[in-house]
Amino acid sequence: MTTIGLQHYLVVSSILFSLGLFGIVTRKNAVMVLMGIELILNSANINFIAFARFGNFGFDGQLIALFIIILAAAEAAIALAIILNIYKNFSTVNVDEIDKLKE
Amino acid sequence: MNGSNLIPLSLFILFAPLAGFWLTLLLGKKIQKSYLIEIVISTLVLLTTLYVTFTKLFYFPDTKFVSEFTWINLGTVPILGKITVELGMMIDNITALMLFVVALISALVHFYSIEYMKGDARFNRYFAFLGIFSFSMMGIVLTHNIFMMYIFWELVGLSSYLLIGFWFEKDTASDAGKKAFLVNRIGDLGMFSGILLIYVNYHTFTFDKIFLAIGNGVLPFNSEFWLTIVGVLLFCGAIGKSAQFPLHVWLPDAMEGPTPVSALIHAATMVAAGVYLVARIFPMMTGDALLVVAVIGALSAFIPATIALTQTDIKKVLAYSTISQLGYMIMALGVGSFAFGFFHLVTHAFFKAGLFLGAGSVIHAMHHEQDIRNMGGLRKKLPVTYITFLVFCLAISGIPLTSGFLTKDGILAGTYAFGLLTGNALFAITGFFVALLTAFYMFRILILTFHGTPRDEHKYEHAHESPFLMIAPLVILATLSIFVFYTANPFNADSGWVLSRWIKTPASVVPEHARYSFMVSDKAAEVSKMSEHVTHSEIYTEALHHAHIPSVLLSLFLAGLGILLAFAFYQWKKIDVDALTLKIKPLYTFSLHKWYFDEFYHKTFVALLLGVSNLLAWFDEHIVDGIVNGAAYVTRMLSRLSGLFDAYVVDGAVNLTATFSGLIGLLFRKIQTGKVQAYVVLVVFSLVLLLLFFVKI
Repeated sequence: MTTIGLQHYLVVSSILFSLGLFGIVTRKNAVMVLMGIELILNSANINFIAFARFGNFGFDGQLIALFIIILAAAEAAIALAIILNIYKNFSTVNVDEIDKLKE
Repeated sequence: MNGSNLIPLSLFILFAPLAGFWLTLLLGKKIQKSYLIEIVISTLVLLTTLYVTFTKLFYFPDTKFVSEFTWINLGTVPILGKITVELGMMIDNITALMLFVVALISALVHFYSIEYMKGDARFNRYFAFLGIFSFSMMGIVLTHNIFMMYIFWELVGLSSYLLIGFWFEKDTASDAGKKAFLVNRIGDLGMFSGILLIYVNYHTFTFDKIFLAIGNGVLPFNSEFWLTIVGVLLFCGAIGKSAQFPLHVWLPDAMEGPTPVSALIHAATMVAAGVYLVARIFPMMTGDALLVVAVIGALSAFIPATIALTQTDIKKVLAYSTISQLGYMIMALGVGSFAFGFFHLVTHAFFKAGLFLGAGSVIHAMHHEQDIRNMGGLRKKLPVTYITFLVFCLAISGIPLTSGFLTKDGILAGTYAFGLLTGNALFAITGFFVALLTAFYMFRILILTFHGTPRDEHKYEHAHESPFLMIAPLVILATLSIFVFYTANPFNADSGWVLSRWIKTPASVVPEHARYSFMVSDKAAEVSKMSEHVTHSEIYTEALHHAHIPSVLLSLFLAGLGILLAFAFYQWKKIDVDALTLKIKPLYTFSLHKWYFDEFYHKTFVALLLGVSNLLAWFDEHIVDGIVNGAAYVTRMLSRLSGLFDAYVVDGAVNLTATFSGLIGLLFRKIQTGKVQAYVVLVVFSLVLLLLFFVKI
């Protein structure tokens, strides 16, 4: 019976990060991209918690994780507002079509 | 009685006419009668001058009043040495006499001109010019240094130019003005060189200091030869201004000016400035320089006298006579007869101004007719003019009881004594011969103008005696041509107050062996003080005494002969003038054409000058312009080259950079898709690469 160690957490968080990154890169819908970002944030949370549990950092890791959750909530609110505005301006949320930066 | 107020008063004499000039000129446009300012000023100047002259001559005949100040003081300058320029005034006896002559004749001419110039379009301007002339002439007379004298010298030249060309609508008048100015410039060039030589050697312009230095044995470049050169160069100024041979050609032409101007400037004062200059520098003239002066004077006395014989323009005859008389004075100074030379200047100023004013009166009466062939018989119409003219003619011919006799006889005695002492009789011969000619031509114009029957009835009928303002100056000048004003003895002026007390020959400062031999002062003469001719030895005074009686008799005989001949030719018609003229045709034409001086100068100097000018013009047009144009062409070509370089090389480099940047831009813009996800991929990819590089696993 193997005990669940730090590596397991890190693997899970890596998978989560990769999935998030994959989502960000491949999804066309801006909302889906936003969801990918949430995944990456949560993978980071897992990392913090894991290091807090297994490292000798006291409660710092947990505190930062709490911060990130709050941050993610705020970020989601702002990002959704941005997406709404994008939709208002371009009548689409497809990130491929929103390439005004190029010009 | 002290003389301390003489200098301030002479300042007034000097500057009042200048004020008159400006006031008359500036107010002339607004005030119709602004000339009255000038009249008043000239009268005031005359009164002041009378006071100054007589105070000086009667109370201080042996004092010299000097007032000077340092105008420029640069201290000691490297190479050039000490540079200081002092300006100042000096009143000695000859200054005082000149002041009197200038102020009197100037005032008389002012009054005379009121009538003579009546109705002229530029009446006020005429008087303004008279004012600036008086200013300049007073300046020459009053200055104590040759620097200021040169300044005023040029100023009289200017005023003479302005007045000769006063009626500049006439081409002849404006040409005559230019001629006078240019010919004078030649003489002034010499004078200027002389002044420079003096300054280089003595570092001062002041006459007295120069004389002092020479007296102390300081010679220019340590040689008597250079002292002679300096003297001759300074004398060049006198040659120009006093219209001496060979620069005499301007004076006859100057008769184009108004007649009162001829009387004032070209007879009495300005032309006498040359004589005055020689008198001023007399102490520093070496024997050789004086000999040059005498030769020039003799030539100038002789040549114009022969020309005057045949001229028919009354003013031209007087002009040639003026040159001839000035030649007399110059010759007298040249042979060392200083006192008589200067004395003749004074007396000549009066009677020659009188002659010109008399001629002006005739011309006025004849409605600007100047040709004596159209006159005749005017004696009855112009009695006062006739009598005064006769007095002047007697004076210039040297008839006893006139002032002219005193001085002319003195000059002739001087040349005679010179002949006795040096064996050089040419000056005496010239002098006596000219005396004969003078008497002849003066009476020739007198007879042709006033005697006989009128040759132009119409003009004769309309002739009338001139108004009071023109007659009065004639009478005053005629009075001054009588001996009593100069000496009590009508036959010998030596004992008169003018010569015994006022005009003294200044002591020569030239080294003794460079003087005339008879000017070497011998102790006996100095001790006994028997002689007024202080620089001269006893021998000279004796020779002068010996010369006196023969020269009086000879000159009287010649003057009488001249007058007699004139009467025989023109009054009694004993000798047929026309037949005689035909017989000596070549001589006659030679004299009539003024010895062909003008033609000669035109053919030689003027032609040479024109030739040189043309050459220079050609040089300018072809060589200088060629160089300039060539330089321009080369510059243009270089510019074109530089333009090409700019257009192709510099612009090419710039454009190349731009194109290169553009190409790089084109390359890199491919990356900038604008798609967020592409950027993310790039970031992640880069991050992975960085991690691979930097993180050691």
